Amino acid sequence: MTDIADRTDGVREVERIIIRFAGDSGDGMQLTGDRFTSASALFGNDLATLPEFPAEIRAPAGTLAGVSAFQVHISDHDITTPGDAPNVLVAMNPAALKADLHTLDNGGTVIINSDAFEERNLAKAGYKHNPLEDETLDGYTVITAPMTSLTKEACKDLGVKPRDAERSKNFFALGLVSWLYSRPEEPTMLWIQEKFKGRELVIAANEAAYRAGNAFGETAELSASRMTVRPAQLPAGTYTNINGNTALSWGLIAASQQAGIPLFLGSYPITPASDILHELSKHKNFGVRTFQAEDEIAAVGSALGASYGGHIGITTTSGPGIALKGETLGLAVSLELPLVVIDIQRGGPSTGLPTKTEAADLMMAMYGRHGEAPMPIVAASSPADCFDAAIEAVRIALEYRTPVMLLSDGYLANGTEPWKLPDLDSLPSIDIEFARELNGVDSEGREVFWPYVRNDDLARPWAIPGTEALMHRIGGIEKQDGTGNISYDPANHEFMVRLREERILKIADKLPPLEVMGDDDADILIVGWGSTWGAITSAVGRLRSGGTEVASVHLRHLYPFAANLGELLQRFDHVVVPEMNLGQLTKLLRAEFLVDAKAISKVSGQPFTAAELVTKIQEVAR
Amino acid sequence: MSAVPVTTKKDWSSDQEVRWCPGCGDYSILTAMQLLMPELEVRREDTVFISGIGCAARFPYYMNSYGMHSIHGRSPAIATGLAMARPDLDVWVVGGDGDMLSIGGNHLIHALRRNINLTILLFNNQIYGLTKGQYSPTSEVGKVTKSTPMGSIDQPFNPISVALGAEATFVARTHDMDRGHMQEMFRRAHDHQGSAIVEVFQNCNVFNDGAFNAITKRDARDAMLIDLTHGEPVRFGVDGERGVMIIDGTAKIVEVAEVGIDALHVHDETAPDPSVAFAISRLAEDRESPTPVGVFRSVQRRDYGESVSSQIAAAQDTKGPGDLHGLLRSLPTWDVS
Repeated sequence: MTDIADRTDGVREVERIIIRFAGDSGDGMQLTGDRFTSASALFGNDLATLPEFPAEIRAPAGTLAGVSAFQVHISDHDITTPGDAPNVLVAMNPAALKADLHTLDNGGTVIINSDAFEERNLAKAGYKHNPLEDETLDGYTVITAPMTSLTKEACKDLGVKPRDAERSKNFFALGLVSWLYSRPEEPTMLWIQEKFKGRELVIAANEAAYRAGNAFGETAELSASRMTVRPAQLPAGTYTNINGNTALSWGLIAASQQAGIPLFLGSYPITPASDILHELSKHKNFGVRTFQAEDEIAAVGSALGASYGGHIGITTTSGPGIALKGETLGLAVSLELPLVVIDIQRGGPSTGLPTKTEAADLMMAMYGRHGEAPMPIVAASSPADCFDAAIEAVRIALEYRTPVMLLSDGYLANGTEPWKLPDLDSLPSIDIEFARELNGVDSEGREVFWPYVRNDDLARPWAIPGTEALMHRIGGIEKQDGTGNISYDPANHEFMVRLREERILKIADKLPPLEVMGDDDADILIVGWGSTWGAITSAVGRLRSGGTEVASVHLRHLYPFAANLGELLQRFDHVVVPEMNLGQLTKLLRAEFLVDAKAISKVSGQPFTAAELVTKIQEVAR
Repeated sequence: MSAVPVTTKKDWSSDQEVRWCPGCGDYSILTAMQLLMPELEVRREDTVFISGIGCAARFPYYMNSYGMHSIHGRSPAIATGLAMARPDLDVWVVGGDGDMLSIGGNHLIHALRRNINLTILLFNNQIYGLTKGQYSPTSEVGKVTKSTPMGSIDQPFNPISVALGAEATFVARTHDMDRGHMQEMFRRAHDHQGSAIVEVFQNCNVFNDGAFNAITKRDARDAMLIDLTHGEPVRFGVDGERGVMIIDGTAKIVEVAEVGIDALHVHDETAPDPSVAFAISRLAEDRESPTPVGVFRSVQRRDYGESVSSQIAAAQDTKGPGDLHGLLRSLPTWDVS
């Protein structure tokens, strides 16, 4: 946080601030963070967010396990991560302070709801002494406000019951923080009115709480702490603040529109993927069919059935769901039908950390099926990039008639960033035609339809039921290439296994070459995939401005790799792969290209920070 | 739309060599179906057979329509997606007792309760055939098989009871020894809007030969098959001397001479409450006792695909057709110049 200017009104201008809102699960911290983010987005800042919440819907109140936090990084320039250490921590109760104080920047600001620091809550959080009264907060700027009582006071003449009024205390916090950091009031007021339409008392209470927070800042002589972050100079265009799951859903709809093929989603609820089911269910007017199946297997099965019928079948899940879908994916590989399988990765194995992020399903995406069952793998790199990644996954599935794995993760799913809306004319075109003609001649000289005759891309015809004269049967038993008839012939099986691999590898022929970012002649190449893009980009930027020569490349396609990846890796002395697993891409690169790639691993359920990567990369550079 | 072309059995027979064991009951079911299809006045290209794994699941390969031989147990799920995406198609699902009631039991019950427009044929031979003779979820207690050398200790499913319990709107039973009855049941199931299930007693002459002989052999049928006819008293026997009464919610076999014909239960397949149909389904605990066949239940409920389509139409009516430009601007936006 660097001062840029002191303004005449005493508000310090800084280039960026990282604020972390933390409280009990029931305190509404996700909503508070989200509102602060929206106001900042509309104000024109660049930003990135990291929501973190427990897996339990209502974890025991006041405990460390129940702490829910939302970190937002706002900036006057282009940023790619939710930041290293917060500059400001809003702690609504002792547990939040206990859980998150250690993340705060040295000398940072703590904003505290002092009403919550009473004996019972202190005990639940494990504090023997009240941290507001001992040395715990020495060295920090501490702002305390009795948020609960001031909110009740502000609401007392509105006819709101005190217990209901108490629930508006997060708007007090929002009002105070918005005053401290000069956020516009209007978007939040509009949002309150829209969100709670018809519930006049709730609207009045939330507005009163917000204004009381604002007024507290004015009257409590906190002016010395006021700061602002100017709008960022972003490329011209229309922007919206978007999270990964929404961008991904919209990308699926866009791809369906581009291809002129209806979208079918078969899905079973699972964190953190369910929001895609929710989002797509809202857009039936695009002809989208959504199906909440009885289980993960039925979810992928229904999607495959829809694809057989000429729709683009999609299934969304997280790691445990992919494990269940595995057998059907083998069938999809054998049937050579389009299908998009979306894995919003989370901490595993088993239930693991359902609400935390990890990217440890790469090997499962790659190999987690029976037999030789290659599937293309596409990965998204930022919340907004989920839009483009979804289109790319659908494009490959449709054009090559293959199941495709699309990898995102919990951090991308829930994190947000401003997204410059694309020009619709610039979206990739997807040209698909269903088969309508006979394409073979049988042994008796009759014209027939053969389902496994191939085009130049080695894709078979997509002949959908209802098409006259093309009746045919497909199945999971090995089939003869061309005719598609059942075949147990050893030579044919060997041919088909190799052909199924070849046709997927051939997708690389038409992929754009990878471009190296940074210093082309550096010794070190950072290879990234998935959501590490933000931290890598930020870290590489810092290293280069500090004089360290380093290059990076980020992989959109994990299978097949872009055709120039091997050549590119060979040009660098050191290949370093940051990944949120124990080195899965690293292993693939070593196996495929015989390079001495080294992993930088993180499996704590949290994304890399740029600072961590800078340190780790410097160790390699030494 | 032009008229449906006239077809014959040959038009519905694919060029694939049929590979069931000689003498298998599946042959007679296949013939019944291939002979019936021309009478249904449907187009071959609009007809799809989806199956899972097992002997019965080879069925689609032999029908000259569209077809998919999928994976074990999953055919109702795959067919659900197809029927939702393409309500214009006639989708049939074919599988055995292991496929549909064991590994795929979950998909079967959910397809039934949703009332997806599927015609489901459950070939019940009370054994695993393709894996060479293990007991199945419909095998009787005590059955000695390779995996139960001391006899099965599993209580079997009664498929009709399962279907009724799963909120099915059309439930029927037939057997592979009576082509006419099979065709009548298949036709009724096909014409039913929503999910329809027909249990077909099917003889596996290799691993469970004669399992249904006591009830389906020509000379046993009159005495052992209780033919359910809508609106008629439930009556059977060589001279119609026996019948079924519902007493305290339970179906009981009675002698007509003792109770009088007016005391017999009059079958109502359209009864909204499935309880009586369920009671009737409980009549035969084994394949040695008089066993009801025919349509147990046939009620109307909106089919799932129709509901899906009408929600899409309603969304388009209120919101207009999808507009991508508008969708991308549906959250708050701001302009940078």
